[in-house]
Amino acid sequence: MAGPNDIVIKIATVNGTGSASANGLLRKAIFRMGVPVVGKNYFPSNIQGLPTWYEIRVTKDGYQSRSDRVDIMVAMNVQTYTRDMADVAPGGWLIYDSTWPRSRQLDRDDITVIGVPLSRLCNERFDGVRTRILMKNIAYVGVIAALTNIDLEVIMGLLEETFAEKQHLIAANMEAIHLGYDYAMENFNGPSPPRVEKMDATHRHIVIDGNTASALGCVYAGATVGAWYPITPSTSLMDAFRAFCAKYRIDPESGKRTYAIIQAEDELAAIGMVLGASWMGARSFTPTSGPGISLMSEFIGYGYYAEIPAVIFNVQRTGPSTGMPTRTQQSDILSCAYASHGDTKHVLLFPADPHECFTMAPQAFDLADRLQTPVMVLSDLDIGMNDWMVPEFEWDESYVHDRGKILSAEDLEEMDAFYRYLDVDGDGIPYRTLPGTHPKGSYFTRGSGHTKYGAYTENATDYQEVIDRLDAKWETARKLVPGPEIAYSKFNNAAILTVGSGNGACKEALDRLGAQNVGLNYCRVKAFPFSESVKEFIDKHEVVYVVEQNRDAQLRALLILDFDLQPDKLVSLLHYNGIPMNAGFVVDRVLEEISKGRAA
Amino acid sequence: MSYIAKPSVSHPSVRKNKLGLTSRDYEGAVSTLCAGCGHDSVTAAIIQAVFDLDIEPHMLAKMSGIGCSSKTPAYFVQQSHGFNSVHGRMPSVTTGANTANRHLTYIGVSGDGDSLSIGVGQFVHAIRRNLNMCYIIENNGVYGLTKGQFSASADIGSKPKKGLPNQQEPIDPVSTALSLGATYIARSFSGDKAQLVPLIKGALLHKGFSLVDIISPCVTFNDHEGSTKSYAHTRQFYNHVVDVDYIAPFETITADYEQGSAMPVTMHDGSKIMLRKIEADYDPTSRAGAFKYLRERFNAGEIVTGLLYIDDERKEMHDLMGNVDTPFAELPMQSLRPPKGELKKILKTYR
Repeated sequence: MAGPNDIVIKIATVNGTGSASANGLLRKAIFRMGVPVVGKNYFPSNIQGLPTWYEIRVTKDGYQSRSDRVDIMVAMNVQTYTRDMADVAPGGWLIYDSTWPRSRQLDRDDITVIGVPLSRLCNERFDGVRTRILMKNIAYVGVIAALTNIDLEVIMGLLEETFAEKQHLIAANMEAIHLGYDYAMENFNGPSPPRVEKMDATHRHIVIDGNTASALGCVYAGATVGAWYPITPSTSLMDAFRAFCAKYRIDPESGKRTYAIIQAEDELAAIGMVLGASWMGARSFTPTSGPGISLMSEFIGYGYYAEIPAVIFNVQRTGPSTGMPTRTQQSDILSCAYASHGDTKHVLLFPADPHECFTMAPQAFDLADRLQTPVMVLSDLDIGMNDWMVPEFEWDESYVHDRGKILSAEDLEEMDAFYRYLDVDGDGIPYRTLPGTHPKGSYFTRGSGHTKYGAYTENATDYQEVIDRLDAKWETARKLVPGPEIAYSKFNNAAILTVGSGNGACKEALDRLGAQNVGLNYCRVKAFPFSESVKEFIDKHEVVYVVEQNRDAQLRALLILDFDLQPDKLVSLLHYNGIPMNAGFVVDRVLEEISKGRAA
Repeated sequence: MSYIAKPSVSHPSVRKNKLGLTSRDYEGAVSTLCAGCGHDSVTAAIIQAVFDLDIEPHMLAKMSGIGCSSKTPAYFVQQSHGFNSVHGRMPSVTTGANTANRHLTYIGVSGDGDSLSIGVGQFVHAIRRNLNMCYIIENNGVYGLTKGQFSASADIGSKPKKGLPNQQEPIDPVSTALSLGATYIARSFSGDKAQLVPLIKGALLHKGFSLVDIISPCVTFNDHEGSTKSYAHTRQFYNHVVDVDYIAPFETITADYEQGSAMPVTMHDGSKIMLRKIEADYDPTSRAGAFKYLRERFNAGEIVTGLLYIDDERKEMHDLMGNVDTPFAELPMQSLRPPKGELKKILKTYR
């Protein structure tokens, strides 16, 4: 049930009508009142004219995942009106545009329906079709502000910041806010929804999407080459990188760019460009999604075998095939872990939220350079394109990037000879040179069989020596990647193990289960290869609920493969319909398993 | 890409270039291609060109894909950097490498299968970007390593060793490059080193995308009677249109050029290439003219060769992008990050 600062507002509109800025205004106003919020987009793979929803969860407890109810529905879309009304929780509220009549048959007697003639109010006050549509969106923000007691001063402040350079828009937008606000105040006298009350829980926090956070992480990581092919839901990552670079990557002396963004002809070319640039020593990356990974696979295997760094952001979407491009899933775990033919395996990082997108970007570049191999950051649409409240990012100015084992001209000058694939240090990682550094640094990069000296080979022993050394490097990777997040309860028989964006729903579920005296321990893996501590954690428990967002239990399969585990005690809780998982799903499934006799 | 190391012995009287290196220093491993393969002649021409241009071996990047042609970078300039990539994807790797560091000379060696079938997408987009590289296609009309299938450059009516003649339209890399706006387009023949070496030199020096399409017969699978990519057929229908002489910086022009037929083009390092028009009316700076001429001669069954088109004014990829000259790997990490304290300001917009 809704309560003060525990409210879910869902806004149903038609895409392409400019509702995003109105929704953002509402979400920001609540955040500015010190109240934690979550913003989720549910949008079609389309530009204009199809249904789209934005869901704002006001959560005093600071939960990160989607809620499982809707308290206030703003039903602006006639196409989806019936369905939207059905979605409202009993005792909830529905706001609609009462300019046009609506069938009374659609009414529900267990919710409060509020008609506001938004179109009529805006048509009377504003000129021009586009302005009227935009202002109608702003006006519903006013209605919600009136109903939930959102501070108009805060809204005014936000408009002043947004339109600092277009003063006339401040007044117009505020007028639209008042159209909705005043109408609701004067005409509405039913039961009021719970209120948004000022708190102090957003201090030193921001609301940001994961793609923007990853892009900012790339800027701080010193990435210079981004090659990409546009694909939903990763596109906004490169858009954000471009915007940051336009501001921070112009050489003050020459006015030229210290970055390059190349829009490739396809993903095959994008990853080729990344490998070429990385071979030359530039930190380079490509953002993509599942279909892009499929296309890049041949080159990813090349990067693994020829030992070239690369950073790939896979903002996962719903597969298989084209699937549902605007819906979320964690269904590329296996295809990324083993991308490409032959014996290949790849380092994966799993951010849980935009904060980790920011911190894991420099980590990914450091690992790629240190390990001389492609590293993939597996985010998803939920993280990448939704608005998350996370702690402010920090940057430690004393941080030194790890460029790995690169020989300088001075190093080479002192060497008798350089061989590319020798395991000099016993950690499985050879030394590399950058082309053009020194005549002694030259070597031939190839995806064909090669010896530890870098020469072509078809010799069984020489081939196997390199392949085995790559496996030794893999074990070094296991020690270098970030370890899991682990939390113990007072009970120790059972645990939840999850990955990435499952974090929010699982943590909320742990609270809810705890309230019912079901205590579970918690482990969230942050990287593949899995750290030894993940195995130790699993070994301690009778049953481990592996919670992930795909049909085929890919994380579970990978754990079993990587650690040679007995499968019985890993119980899958799988959510894969494309909508971000919520805590209710996890709670229900755990209770169901317990009722079947599983340990708790 | 099997290879055999070559003994490194050379006669003391052998000629040295300005770097004090002999042409032996520009050789690679012993070729493992079939005896008489056109590609080996192209390798020899590349060695000659790179040696003559005094290119430091470690400042040369040899790029390739997969196929017989793509094996050849192992056979020249041993001390340079090679990148034998995956099939048809050499252009993208070169694009990335060049973006990161424009100071190396990039030579890509590809074949008709690598460039015109599996890699045609990357080939055309590298041209669109005007990527600064010398792109050599060793064009023999067949797949050698998989034993003799037709490639996309096979002419209509060309006969395979076994089976039926080719019925499909060939893709001509030269007219493709012309239509896409490549800025240096040449065609030659592996058996004509005198024409080939200066064409490769010009291509290496040209700022922008240089295509050198070289008919390079496959002695094993496509050198029989009825093949249009055989030595005999090429020699019979071979036609020089615009030849090139290379004139090093500060070198005086000694040869006599006939009035109206010679056209000097100054390269960025101060050297010149002198275009000698054998066909007096041919204008190698006119895309439309070149297109028309090539099509007419193609219809007449002729193989038109020489420097067929040049545009030395269009900006290359780096300049189009506006990148700094410094190799990206040499930029101090500190300079790549927003100034200290800036993160706070950035984050304010997300509150």
